[in-house]
Amino acid sequence: MNLHEYQAKALFRDFGLPVSQGKAVDTPGEAVEAAKELGGDRWVCKVQVHAGGRGKAGGVRLVDDLDSVRDFATEWLGERLVTVQTDAGGQPVAKIFVEEAANIDRELYLGAVVDRASRRVVVMASTEGGVEIEQVAAETPEKILRAAIDPATGPQPFQGRAMAFSLGLEGKQVNQFADIFVNLVRLFQDLDCSLVEVNPLVVTGDGDVHCLDAKINIDNNALYRQPAVAALRDPSQEDEREAQADEFGLNYVALDGNIGCMVNGAGLAMGTMDLVKLHGGNPANFLDVGGGATEEAVAEAFKIILSDDAVKAVLINIFGGIVSCKIIAEGIIAAVQQVGVKVPVIVRFEGNNAAAGLAALEESGLAIATAASLEDAATQAVAAAGAGS
Amino acid sequence: MSILVDRDTQVICQGFTGSQGTLHSEQAIAYGTQLVGGVTPGKGGSTHLDRPVFDTVSGAVAETGATVSVIYVPARFCKDSILEAIDAGIELIVCITEGIPTLDMLIVKDRLDTLGTRLIGPNCPGVITPGECKIGIMPGDIHLPGKVGVVSRSGTLTYEAVKQTTDKGFGQSTCVGIGGDPIPGTHFTDVLALFESDPATEAIVLVGEIGGTAEEEAAAFIADNVTKPVVAYIAGVTAPPGKRMGHAGAIIAGGKGTAAEKYEALEGAGVKTVKSLAEIGDAIGEVMGWD
Repeated sequence: MNLHEYQAKALFRDFGLPVSQGKAVDTPGEAVEAAKELGGDRWVCKVQVHAGGRGKAGGVRLVDDLDSVRDFATEWLGERLVTVQTDAGGQPVAKIFVEEAANIDRELYLGAVVDRASRRVVVMASTEGGVEIEQVAAETPEKILRAAIDPATGPQPFQGRAMAFSLGLEGKQVNQFADIFVNLVRLFQDLDCSLVEVNPLVVTGDGDVHCLDAKINIDNNALYRQPAVAALRDPSQEDEREAQADEFGLNYVALDGNIGCMVNGAGLAMGTMDLVKLHGGNPANFLDVGGGATEEAVAEAFKIILSDDAVKAVLINIFGGIVSCKIIAEGIIAAVQQVGVKVPVIVRFEGNNAAAGLAALEESGLAIATAASLEDAATQAVAAAGAGS
Repeated sequence: MSILVDRDTQVICQGFTGSQGTLHSEQAIAYGTQLVGGVTPGKGGSTHLDRPVFDTVSGAVAETGATVSVIYVPARFCKDSILEAIDAGIELIVCITEGIPTLDMLIVKDRLDTLGTRLIGPNCPGVITPGECKIGIMPGDIHLPGKVGVVSRSGTLTYEAVKQTTDKGFGQSTCVGIGGDPIPGTHFTDVLALFESDPATEAIVLVGEIGGTAEEEAAAFIADNVTKPVVAYIAGVTAPPGKRMGHAGAIIAGGKGTAAEKYEALEGAGVKTVKSLAEIGDAIGEVMGWD
């Protein structure tokens, strides 16, 4: 789960990480009030969306009078921001974060992730902050400093100091950075994060180390024990169909093809998409109905797939392990009867209760094509989508 | 011969009396697995599926001599259950549950490595030696005792590979689902080493997917250590970069872990790769000269 910058910064503050004073607002009037309250004569206005690349897209502006604060808020609230990390439609802007401006002397990068290779939380830092950090990592990996956190000891100040010296920090900055290092990892561990990023981490004109940006992703599997963080969820930033699918335990990702896919298991779902592509078709979505699919969930999956107007055929590929093909068949029949499917539906069942499932489809009398094999299913779906477009 | 489990393996089940534990234990017993008891705290002393129930894993081990434990408890209790099994001296733990917080797995993995305990999973179908021992949620009837070792990160993709090698009559020595999580207990390389030294395994099928670098590590390991023919399939060629495809493991980060890179690494290691998951069985026949 992603958090907004203003939410992440509030959590940063809870963990003793130095962030600027700021306020998230919903209206232009509130934006001006917030700037007045913060005081000073320079503010940074930032749109709050779940996407990076806001600055380049015009979603961040340094302003030095209250009219400009109002203008920025008027311009963006209710609009959508398109960045390199969003789709063409962009993300809706419902909040503006007004923050006191900082004097920046140096920009650094600081981040923490779970590193699969070393099986540790790894903190990364670089002198090349603010710019495209992924490019730095790809082209000059030696410029990325790394420190692995031992699960038994947790983060240690010496690791932070070593990193600080390598970054060229000096004097009071060394201990400031070591504190930030330790507190960042504490936040990561205590809140079950999958990513925490400060880009840029800056040295201010006064020589203090300061978190100018804050990005937090939470491990969805741990939300049950992070109720305060879970409450920060902003459904407006999520794809509507993906969120709807999630409520039924389905995993759905919209793509831009015309063959709707319903599969059990994430691996098989990807494999089915690959097979469709290999036969010259284009998948309209990824959809994993999961291991414990109920009739209701299958019907819902069908509705979500068909809510995409681009879909010209639906390919259902189920290899029943835990899930019974009979239950999937009943879900398909219920959905077809409820929503009235106008596109060809091709079903391939294998494994648990496959024969019973296919028999149920036959007996329903509905126009559902069954496939004898995986190849056959893909071929039929591609042909059907081609004929329908 | 086989790897990890066989007809003599004594297994206990953690979460034995729950719905999942009951369902899959019944199927395992019907398959012939030596399931000798189970653990449900607070239900010790009772009997379930004609087997004794124990309060603790150490109690179950002391009484039954089991060396393997399969875990069906809910995700939020899995760290505790796995650590309990490690503490009780279980040699092989198979954790089926999906949705375990990643930070829990970092702690578990550290403990496993320190004490040398093996964990298959989590978020996996389990392990099966066809005709001898089934531990997990895979449908038993698609398997056939035979000579192909199967290792996979995905549950249902494993079944595809199994079915194809069964339909061709090759059969499987052992099938291991290592699971799709970012921090699995066992890696491709661990299972490849076991298959390489298993006389019953003549060829190996490796099923991978996008995300992480496990397949690249497997490729490097195969180049140096595996003499048996390997056929590999990688799911996710069409997955758009940055999109999350269900498994936490399947995230493409920073241009690393794409299907193209994985295929290239495996081909460089002399592995026969297939781009269609429907061709796994054919490819094994081809490299082995079997028909």
